[in-house]
Amino acid sequence: MSATTPLLQIEGLNAWYGEAQILFGLTLHIAPGEAVALVGRNGAGKSTTMKAIIGLVRRQARRLTLGGADLLALPTHAIARLGVGYVPEDRHIFADLTVLENLDLGRRQRPADMTLPDWTTDAVFDLFPQLADMRGRLGGQMSGGEQQMLAVARALVGNPSLLLLDEPSEGVAPIVVEQMTRALARLKAGGLSLLISEQSSDLCAAICDRAYRIEQGELRAHGPRTGQASETSLKAALAPGNAPTR
Amino acid sequence: MSFEALLFQAVNGFASASGLFLVAAGLSIIFGVTRIVNMAHGSFYMLGLYLAVTLAPLLGEAFGGALGFWGGILGAALVTAALGALVEVVLLRRIYAAPELYQLLATFALLLIINDAALAFWGPEDILGPRAPGLSGSVEFLGRRLPDYDIFLALIGPVVLVALHMLLTRTRFGRLIRAATQDREMVAALGINEAVLFTAVFALGTGIAGFGGALQMAREPANLALDLSVLGDAFVVVVVGGMGSIRGAYLAALLVAEVKALCTALGLVELGGFTFNMSRLTLVAEFLVMAVVLVIRPHGLFGRPQPAQARRGEAEAPLVPLGRTGRLIALAVLVCFAAIPLFSAVASYAPVLALDMVIAALFAASLHLLMGPGGLASFGHAAYFGLGAYGTAYAATVLGLPTPLAFGVGMATAAAGAVLFGWFCVRLEGVYFAMLTLAFAQIVWSIAHQWEEVTGGSNGLFGVWPDPPFDSASGLYLAALGVTVLGLVLIRRLVFAPFGLALRAGRDSRLRAEALGIAVDRVRWLAFAIAGTLCGAAGGLFAFAKGSISPEAISVGRSIDGLVMVLLGGVHSLMGPLLGAGGLTLLQDMVMRESPYWRGLLGLIILLIVLIFPSGLAAGLRRKRGSAA
Repeated sequence: MSATTPLLQIEGLNAWYGEAQILFGLTLHIAPGEAVALVGRNGAGKSTTMKAIIGLVRRQARRLTLGGADLLALPTHAIARLGVGYVPEDRHIFADLTVLENLDLGRRQRPADMTLPDWTTDAVFDLFPQLADMRGRLGGQMSGGEQQMLAVARALVGNPSLLLLDEPSEGVAPIVVEQMTRALARLKAGGLSLLISEQSSDLCAAICDRAYRIEQGELRAHGPRTGQASETSLKAALAPGNAPTR
Repeated sequence: MSFEALLFQAVNGFASASGLFLVAAGLSIIFGVTRIVNMAHGSFYMLGLYLAVTLAPLLGEAFGGALGFWGGILGAALVTAALGALVEVVLLRRIYAAPELYQLLATFALLLIINDAALAFWGPEDILGPRAPGLSGSVEFLGRRLPDYDIFLALIGPVVLVALHMLLTRTRFGRLIRAATQDREMVAALGINEAVLFTAVFALGTGIAGFGGALQMAREPANLALDLSVLGDAFVVVVVGGMGSIRGAYLAALLVAEVKALCTALGLVELGGFTFNMSRLTLVAEFLVMAVVLVIRPHGLFGRPQPAQARRGEAEAPLVPLGRTGRLIALAVLVCFAAIPLFSAVASYAPVLALDMVIAALFAASLHLLMGPGGLASFGHAAYFGLGAYGTAYAATVLGLPTPLAFGVGMATAAAGAVLFGWFCVRLEGVYFAMLTLAFAQIVWSIAHQWEEVTGGSNGLFGVWPDPPFDSASGLYLAALGVTVLGLVLIRRLVFAPFGLALRAGRDSRLRAEALGIAVDRVRWLAFAIAGTLCGAAGGLFAFAKGSISPEAISVGRSIDGLVMVLLGGVHSLMGPLLGAGGLTLLQDMVMRESPYWRGLLGLIILLIVLIFPSGLAAGLRRKRGSAA
């Protein structure tokens, strides 16, 4: 297989939340080192797509693979161990655990064959210096922005090859969004693959190479970035009403 | 009543608190992580004690007394933990996604099975264990003799409390337990294997319970009633302390044990000309402690409000009123039942059995009002059955009231009990509700058992025979049929009335119902009172039908019978409980009473139901029908 083989490959993904079907035949892929945006309105199925990848909702697909490994039959923890880091919407920090304890739960040794940087606890403190100053603080006593950083850091110390970020800028201060954008750009530069869901595409436009727009559980637009396409063209491709450009 | 005696009992209370704490702590930890209330938790305590009294003499012969005693305790705890792990892997793992009621029932079935297994293995006699080597003496304390072993026990509680605290805060395993208690999905998403964690947690919890049981070796004999009595106590402790809080569990255990010790110390007390034997009031005292704490802190001393949880399993199908055919069938069944006395010449047993079925139908239907439309699974419905039966029996025998009046007194007794207990119960939901109702039922049972002047103690009340025209088999049967039909019609009307709609709305979404202006707690309280009153009517009929009432007839087994009836027939339909009541009554009459192990058999049946239809019987059958069509 060539270097352009996708890291994550999804074909015909259906997913359910309880009895209700949320996703209808979603198809997308992410190449190694690529940052991909998933945009769409509230309730379009962005979070469900993330949960379907990590295995937190009932799903079915023609294909759902990470680096060639089938994810469909695996339980959530095994998918995480294969290299999927998950930063959920609302962050889901363990409120009664300290920052260090939260990180400790996420920590996993970097696979020997991995070429990405090793995300040790110290490395994530370097990425988010605020966290280093509050190692002993309980997760429940942190602000939304601080929790967001901790959620990303907690996923990073597991040394994933793909990071799923569900609404990383939701409910955090603009200054934190800027900081998060810089941090994510640094992660991408390090070679990590990213799947980022956003309602507003500002953060995505700054980082992402390509974007998918979902509406009511179906893929509606696919904005590729070819060569030096500007942020505005990416945004334009994603504007409601545009047909898929593939 | 001297100050010394009080102090002496206070020290004793610490020893009892340790045992209570060990059971409650394990229950709390298991619930925190797995979200399953382990109804069989008291059984593991009981198993720990049985294993200890068995292992200690064996080990004692091989290695000497001291090693035998302490080795027996340790061995018992380890074996119990291993059994717990086995249960988790074989049973619980299959039902984590099942509706709450099924989880409760499955672990309750386990309780029944373990009890019968213990009966088969160790026999019905109490078994005494050896005394603790080196701790069999006593110290002089305030002029009394305080056993060394009690002092040791008093210290064990705090030691385990500290050890558990260290485990939870200082180790990775502890961090995992705390994290999983808060957010299981996130733990899995971080790559942690939940299955292994759950097994380990269950083994830890049951191991602690087994340890607690084994420690009682030098204090009390192993007996088969321990599982339920300890479970009831543990529920009270956990509710008082706050679910999930280890220090809350210790504080609550101490509180309950000290209040009990105080009652024992007070002994006979004269108040306004009446003499109360306070030592008999220990169970009422336990209830009072719980009442006071719950009024001040509804989630217990250290508990936190539970987030409103989304209902698991299938959505309830809306109830539909009977159509024309349905009404005709109901009428036909009624006519058949009314005609049964005509055949008493041919089958003399028929009216007797039919009477049992009719009483069971009213009992099950009243429980179903809570469980189905109310969404509140009561594990203590026998309490109101008992209050109705005892109220009726007392009025008919001691007071000598005519039959209808005595029956009314019984219903009023049940209604009063349901109003009182219901006020507490409806503040809680799901498993908390189940725990509290079971605890109340245990209290009613204990009162019936201990208040000999009124209830006749363990013998119960005799000679509860109805006056004419109800004194013949068919007379009483027809009256019972009438009462039951009235009750069923009332329940049906209620369910389709605005009150029933409000009740169902509260079940489906408490928050949304409240936002619509429905006072969910009050609606539930009323439903609880109505269900309790109708259940009391069934109890009153039962007392007349049997001519007697004893604590055994209102034990927790009856509560479980009710649950099984509702479950067999299906929670989703109003007719279900009637079919279930008829079915289970027939089954018990024909098969189960034949074997001393029929409770265990019942447990196996429940387990099979739960494992084959993990999402509920009615849903399972619907799916079967769906796939066949």
